[in-house]
Amino acid sequence: MELGLFLALLGAALATFLAGIGSSIGVGKAGVAAAGVLAEEPNLFSKVLILMLLPATQGIYGLLVAFLILQGVGIIGGGAGEISNLEGLLYLAASLPIAASGLFSAIHQGKCSVAGIHTVAKKPDTMGKALIIPAMVETYAILALLISILAINGIGALGI
Amino acid sequence: MAILKMQRISIYALSRYSKDILETLQRMGVMEIEKCRIEDSVFYQTDNASLSASFARSAALMTQAQEIIEEYVKEKKGLLSSLEGRTPLTLEEYENTAAKNPEALKLAYKLLGYKKKINENNSKILAYRAKIDALSPWENLDVPMTFSSTSSSRAIIGSFAEELSKEDIDLKLSQLLPDTDLFDVEVISSSSDMTCVFILCYKEIYEDLMASLRKLGLALPSSSATANPREEIKSLKTRIKKREELIAECEKAIASQASTLYLLRFFEDYYLMKAERYSQLDNISYSPHTFVMTGYIPEKDGEKLKKLLFEKYSAEVELEQAEGEDVPVLLKNNAFTAPAEGVLLSYSAPNRFELDPTAVMAIFYYIFFGMMFSDAGYGLVMSLACGLALLKFKNMEAGLKRSLKMFFYCGLSTTFWGLMFGSFFGDAVSVIFNTFVGKAPPIIPGITTPIWFNPTTGTGPTTLLMFSFLFGIIHLFAGLILQAVNYIRQGNFIYAVYDDLSWILVVTGAVFALLSTDMLSGMMGGFKLPSVFMTVGGIMAGVGALLILIFSGRESKNPLKRLIKGAYNLYGATSYLSDILSYSRLLALGLATGVVAGVFNQLGSMMGNSVAGVILFIVVFIIGHLLNIGINALGAYVHTNRLQFVEFFGKFYTGGGRDFKPYSVNTKHYNIKEDI
Repeated sequence: MELGLFLALLGAALATFLAGIGSSIGVGKAGVAAAGVLAEEPNLFSKVLILMLLPATQGIYGLLVAFLILQGVGIIGGGAGEISNLEGLLYLAASLPIAASGLFSAIHQGKCSVAGIHTVAKKPDTMGKALIIPAMVETYAILALLISILAINGIGALGI
Repeated sequence: MAILKMQRISIYALSRYSKDILETLQRMGVMEIEKCRIEDSVFYQTDNASLSASFARSAALMTQAQEIIEEYVKEKKGLLSSLEGRTPLTLEEYENTAAKNPEALKLAYKLLGYKKKINENNSKILAYRAKIDALSPWENLDVPMTFSSTSSSRAIIGSFAEELSKEDIDLKLSQLLPDTDLFDVEVISSSSDMTCVFILCYKEIYEDLMASLRKLGLALPSSSATANPREEIKSLKTRIKKREELIAECEKAIASQASTLYLLRFFEDYYLMKAERYSQLDNISYSPHTFVMTGYIPEKDGEKLKKLLFEKYSAEVELEQAEGEDVPVLLKNNAFTAPAEGVLLSYSAPNRFELDPTAVMAIFYYIFFGMMFSDAGYGLVMSLACGLALLKFKNMEAGLKRSLKMFFYCGLSTTFWGLMFGSFFGDAVSVIFNTFVGKAPPIIPGITTPIWFNPTTGTGPTTLLMFSFLFGIIHLFAGLILQAVNYIRQGNFIYAVYDDLSWILVVTGAVFALLSTDMLSGMMGGFKLPSVFMTVGGIMAGVGALLILIFSGRESKNPLKRLIKGAYNLYGATSYLSDILSYSRLLALGLATGVVAGVFNQLGSMMGNSVAGVILFIVVFIIGHLLNIGINALGAYVHTNRLQFVEFFGKFYTGGGRDFKPYSVNTKHYNIKEDI
């Protein structure tokens, strides 16, 4: 039983910190570019901020999945039941899509955001287009999030 | 949903009216002027670049003058001042204020003069301060720095670059000079890096003493003041004070002009408008007594402008239907859908040959945004914020107004979906009742219980996933239908069958067939179509696929090439699959909002029912939900745009039209508008 709980918690931890690392790197890169642009064009602040925040979502998706796992095993919200080793492993597996996809998609989305920030710095009118390019990368984080959520939801229903 | 009809307009009038007519056109902002090049012996163009530049300089002068006042008079600016927009002026107000032109110029130069005086005095004060700094080590010296001799003695005033006492100096000198009774050393001041000394000696040993002192590193000061240092410092201080008084006077004079700030702002705008007007003069063709100006105007304004220009300036105006690629595009939509025009234009304006898809897009835009944000509380917050801003700031800039209106409607849709899914600041009401009231929450449909179903528990996620796909398919079909309408409008009815009906048949057929299999019925909660749909769906998809295979490569004459092209296009079915799956983000982002909101509610209620618990809850509630609103509204906005731009527009929209940019008042502070 202890191992099962540990595995589930490991899943929650992976989802949070791997996706979190990805978002930190992505937002960090975009932040450096944003600060540079602001030195020349302070009035672009809101536009640049939006572009900079795009890679921040993966970290939140990771948090969300972690929270669902913690809730599923009863670490928060109470009612901690028996967690079998298999159930723990299943939660761990369910956390992997958002953990891995969050890590890499946020980094690459960050790179697109940097490019978008440069685009906006030169042509503020192209904001709409500059916003869509990083959003393309995020699609895969969203798909991963979806599978993680559906999987966690399904494990609870299995009743193992 | 329409693209307004454009007319080509040509204005012919007497040369002396050219500036007046341009001014009228500028204030009306209805006409886009294009360069009129008539190359012959009668007509010629003028070059007004230098005039235009000189007006731009005057505008810059006004900006500088404003900055001077703003530096000394702090203006109260609200947090939301960026929403305020420009102050509107009537034509009469404009003309009355414009008459104060000489006054404003005089004022601007006066302010620049004050600023120059302040700068001069400040640099003088800096120089005096430096002098005082240099003199202050000598403050205890009772003679002027230039004092050198009496009848029998010589004085040496100098400094060493180290800390020395009288004894140190005496000792060092005694090693170099035999007779130490013939001079006297007085240390004026001593600090870690400088020692100032006054040495009195007999005339006879002056040369020797000087040589020895040089060896020890004595430096002679470079002061020419005839008073002694203490008095000199005192006089410098009074001079600084005088200068400071002068500065204060100037500052007061500047501050007293604070009420004229409006005048400077007005004339900044006035000169900006004038500079723009003169640069437009380049686009006009002149003959010795007349001029010609051409451009585009929306049909609805054409006749009115014609009448007005004829009555006012007896100008001859010619209007004709505009045709061709280069005609600019102006959109016209109703109050509910027009706010989404900004989204469309940020992708591309429609070209002259296609429909304006704004109306259809706007409806899907509001629905999808609401599904992704899906919280009644958040939706209310958003709609209230946008609504109040729109009510409070009447003069808001048009673009900003459009965006706020769009988010107002998005907020309403968000509220609707929040009620459908039973989310009001997440599960805030339930958490509050369970933690602080200690009983089960009352059942309020939409707020504690969902009106439709709860997408976060049980089969909720799969159900919503299926509905997301359904909405996605409807969205894609809407795109195909718009393309079909475009074809039909152009008289190519059969293309609508080949390119649009075919895909609708394929996708619908495939959905029917899938829904009648066992594979999906598990996900659909046991829902299954009768097996006859397998056959029906199969036939529909088959017919559609056949249409695509045979006709989609119709541009190729070679039948084999045409079939290969058709097969390749049929392979595009995979893109339909990925397009439809892409709508799963409706579910994922909707869940993200709800679950994160729930996380914050739970975090807030962790300390239970106590005073500290309530305070914690309130703090976490406000910060947490604001954060969640920010990040999820951004996500919903970006991904709604993506669904429109990639999935929806990808099916039919070409774009590439040129946005109509009328020649208009392009100012910073005031909006001078003349209605047509």
